[in-house]
Amino acid sequence: MSESMHASMLEVSGVWKSFEGHPVLRGLDITVGHHQAVVLIGASGSGKSTLLRCINGLVSVDAGRIVLDGALDVTSFDTDMDAARRRIGIVFQSYNLFPHMSVLDNVALAPRKVLGRSKAESIDAARALLARFGLEAKADEYPDRLSGGQAQRVAIVRALAMEPELMLFDEITSALDPLLVGEVLEAVRELKETGLTLLMATHEMGFAREVADKVCFLKDGIVLEQGTPEVIFSAPEREETREFLARVLG
Amino acid sequence: MNAPSPGTEVAYVDPQRRALVRQRARRNALVGMASLIGFVIVISVIVSRTPGWPVVQETFFNGEEFVKTFPGLLSAFMLNVRIFVIAEPLILILGLLVALARTLQSPIFLPVRVIATLYVDIFRGIPTILVIFLLGFGIPALRLTGVPNGAIFWGTAALVLSYGAYVAEVFRAGIGSVHPSQQMASRSLGLSSWQTNRYVVLPQAIRNVIPPLLNDFISLQKDTALVAVLGPIEVLRQAQIDTSSSFNYTPYVGAALIFIALTIPMTRFADWVQERSSRRRRAGSDS
Ligand SMILES: Nc1ncnc2c1ncn2[C@@H]1O[C@H](COP(=O)(O)OP(=O)(O)OP(=O)(O)O)[C@@H](O)[C@H]1O
Ligand SMILES: [Mg+2]
Repeated sequence: MSESMHASMLEVSGVWKSFEGHPVLRGLDITVGHHQAVVLIGASGSGKSTLLRCINGLVSVDAGRIVLDGALDVTSFDTDMDAARRRIGIVFQSYNLFPHMSVLDNVALAPRKVLGRSKAESIDAARALLARFGLEAKADEYPDRLSGGQAQRVAIVRALAMEPELMLFDEITSALDPLLVGEVLEAVRELKETGLTLLMATHEMGFAREVADKVCFLKDGIVLEQGTPEVIFSAPEREETREFLARVLG
Repeated sequence: MNAPSPGTEVAYVDPQRRALVRQRARRNALVGMASLIGFVIVISVIVSRTPGWPVVQETFFNGEEFVKTFPGLLSAFMLNVRIFVIAEPLILILGLLVALARTLQSPIFLPVRVIATLYVDIFRGIPTILVIFLLGFGIPALRLTGVPNGAIFWGTAALVLSYGAYVAEVFRAGIGSVHPSQQMASRSLGLSSWQTNRYVVLPQAIRNVIPPLLNDFISLQKDTALVAVLGPIEVLRQAQIDTSSSFNYTPYVGAALIFIALTIPMTRFADWVQERSSRRRRAGSDS
């Protein structure tokens, strides 16, 4: 992992994206520093998921640049996207585990096939990672036997097994029973402590306040306001931010 | 007997209730059986009283004729089995390759995609028996060197081509039935599009199409009889030969019984697989 002196982990600049003529991202800029945890907040439909998918190359942008670690432009047509995705992990709201594989194989598949690890090596590493997240007892289960919280933690472990430099979380607790949200947030806290760079969309404002180094409020396809959680949650400058927070915090 | 105290960790069923449930199940079974037997008796009586019945019995259900021809039918049926056993794996391979060819994205594969699409369109449109006629009589007439001329060979090839087109569509539907979020999850881990197909999409697609594939197998078992039009002595052709020498149609009934004996177990198996997979899918749907 080369950590350039000046470059940020992620530099999104002037990104536009529309679907069938409906603009969703309208020249959006965002910067994520190394080891930072940046949280995206904003109303439903404000483009949080779209932004995260563009960064991962699952959705192609209409204009703008998305540069990883000062060197790799994922919007360029010359970039090998499979190689880029190795460095960027993403976890989705619906866990999207592979239902025909055991938990262990879910985690070990990509390291084996993409990174070329041996079977034994990838399995050992997967077991160790699962154990770190309290899932060792589930290693040989199939995904349909897991609770939502367990499934989402497995999805995190699966992304983590590729040793990404940047991890994207797209509302990973939104599909969960409220009782299970805690265990998943605990896993994210742990990742934050290891210094992994995080960019996450969430509706959990309390959690955002706790882990974020920076909070970005998305509206109408741009980052309308950003700052430390203290500023955004206690003293936002923009009227729209205040309104949004008043609505979600009740 | 008293119920265990509430909260005890046992599976408790009231013994009186249990006895009643059993009694009711026994009664249902008896009523069902009696009703079925009564039904069969009524139908038999009606049929055997129709004026033509004695003649039909003589020409279609002649015991003597049956005993005489059945062994010959059975050994002729071995040819049907052979055709089936050779055709089926080839059909699966062809169908899968064609379905995969149609999913190729890169522009360089356009010819492959076009050929695969044309193949499916053409062979799904022609009745199987016509394909058998065309290949079985047409290709030997070309007198190509180095190409086998046997009727069995071309009959089997025609079945493979005709069924391959159907099975390709079954596989294609199976690939389409795997939720796109699975591909997204796989690609996001850095797996290439080929690896995503190989390890994530296809295993799920194939599992989803096993029940319809079994249906196609059953239908192929029967359609092996179509090869008879080219002359090889399989079970239908054998039955024709038998009937034309004795003017008795019992061999046709014998041939039908042989097919039924094979397809019924297969159908029950397909039902069982279908039942099991739909139960599993209900349990596994989370997103
Ligand atoms: N593939 C697509 N095709 C068409 N429209 C899309 C597509 N993906 C997203 N959109 C639209 O883009 C807009 C932004 O969606 P997006 O999912 O990015 O919002 P979001 O901020 O993640 O919302 P939520 O909080 O509900 O998850 C929505 O209006 C959505 O309907
Ligand atoms: Mg979203």
